[in-house]
Amino acid sequence: MHPLKDKACIVGVGETPYTRGTDRSQLSQILHATMAALDDAGLKPHDIDGMVLPMPMPTVEHLAANLGIPDLRYSASSNIGGAAPVAAVQTAAMAVALGVAKHVLIPVGWNAYSGAGVRGAGRSGPVGLPPSFGLTMSEYYMPFGLAVPAQWFAWLATRYVEQYKVGLEGPAAVALAARKHAQLNDKAFMRGRPLTMDDYRNARMIAQPFRLFDCCLETDGACAVIISSAERARDLKQPPVYIAGAAEGHPLPADDIPGRKDFFKIGLFFAAPKAFEMADAKVSDLDFVQIYDCFTHIVLLELEALGCCKPGEAWQFVQNGRIELGGDLPFNTHGGLLSEAHVAGVNHIAEATRQLRHQCGERQVKDAELGVVTGFGDFGDGSLIVLRR
Amino acid sequence: METAKYKRLLPPMRGLARDFYSYCKKHELRFQKCSGCGAWRHVPREMCPDCGSFDYQWAKSAGKGKVFSWSTTTQPMLPQFADAVPYATVIVELDEGVRMATWVVDIPPDQLQIGMPVEVLFDDVTEDVTLAKFRPRKQA
Ligand SMILES: [Zn+2]
Repeated sequence: MHPLKDKACIVGVGETPYTRGTDRSQLSQILHATMAALDDAGLKPHDIDGMVLPMPMPTVEHLAANLGIPDLRYSASSNIGGAAPVAAVQTAAMAVALGVAKHVLIPVGWNAYSGAGVRGAGRSGPVGLPPSFGLTMSEYYMPFGLAVPAQWFAWLATRYVEQYKVGLEGPAAVALAARKHAQLNDKAFMRGRPLTMDDYRNARMIAQPFRLFDCCLETDGACAVIISSAERARDLKQPPVYIAGAAEGHPLPADDIPGRKDFFKIGLFFAAPKAFEMADAKVSDLDFVQIYDCFTHIVLLELEALGCCKPGEAWQFVQNGRIELGGDLPFNTHGGLLSEAHVAGVNHIAEATRQLRHQCGERQVKDAELGVVTGFGDFGDGSLIVLRR
Repeated sequence: METAKYKRLLPPMRGLARDFYSYCKKHELRFQKCSGCGAWRHVPREMCPDCGSFDYQWAKSAGKGKVFSWSTTTQPMLPQFADAVPYATVIVELDEGVRMATWVVDIPPDQLQIGMPVEVLFDDVTEDVTLAKFRPRKQA
């Protein structure tokens, strides 16, 4: 048995309201989400003695100083973009399982709509790009007007659509399922704004082949999760959610998309078999999946990486309500980045946790026992966790 | 060619990027070719990921290749390129096997196709910087 299997738990989750427009700073957003997660877990700020940060700012020093943490014993960071939060769960699980820390905080927050979001990154030029891909981008992409994920993942999508003759109804089913689920979630930014196939088809093109509703939202807000050892989790306020499997993986090479020999082999292809093996689980055992949904076509690739279907078949796999609530494999039951909010997928971890606690009200997956959360970031880095109640 | 007041982003001329773009300025498309195993590579790297050799030459490409994948940017993602919208961002696969991010010009973006034969052209965007772009070519 894998030494990390079921040794750590998610014990607290919390978030701010997800908005477009806010008076709060990024730091304030993160602190508010952290306090909500602590309250959920029945913990106090001084109980936190570890942090794994999926974004470079603010720093652990900023956060510890504001929270008044008396003894921060462990800190780490994971700079792999949208794959970082889920990868951070693995790192945090190792820390609490080995007793290096008792309770580890993983927070993400940004004012992606009001402040320097993805579009802001484009505006600000090459300065301050994450080191993981900043060099390739500033030296070989930006001189050609390439600066945002929609542009570089469009390369994957264009070739994927052509090679496998992917019908428009594939990515559309992903966008429509996410929006449908958001209608059942008070926190979802897109609650009250349903989406039809006509809306999807007629939306403006952002970067061929991505139409508007193929692309995730930009929102302001923060979300935080807290990881503790399984032993400690049993004494806390909420039913523990066990980290049964965890892994990360990277495409080859990770720092350049055009140079990949195996063009569609995203990091999740490397990570998924390891996490399922660790969890002693199969994809057919899953009650739901929370998939990092930066773009609908990427969700299709991720479903293939998880082993839900063969390469090129995901656009058919997602038809006929299969990934909707009530279907075989409900996906992004909160609405995801496409329709709830963009907090780099920490919201996916929070949703999976609540589903496994059976706290999701009208969007609850009946008798949910086992679920997966994926991460996807930078130029295709991947991560996943297999969670059980 | 746009020589006056070029406002778009330029590559930082440092390290291996400076070497790559210095050849472009001489209107030569050169890529690293490993002295250990002979593999061509791009983007430029300090060592060969295939065999571990630190030795390489800047080998000259014939500048011919095919469209490997592409997209059209239809929104001004970067303010410096707002005047260029819509523009095609393309991965070209050179006959030598390497692939690079570039533009294909002299064709409406919506007429691009995977597999389309292209050839290099050098765009002297400023006095110091030349970008290797591509245009459609008739198949030999
Ligand atoms: Zn070599």
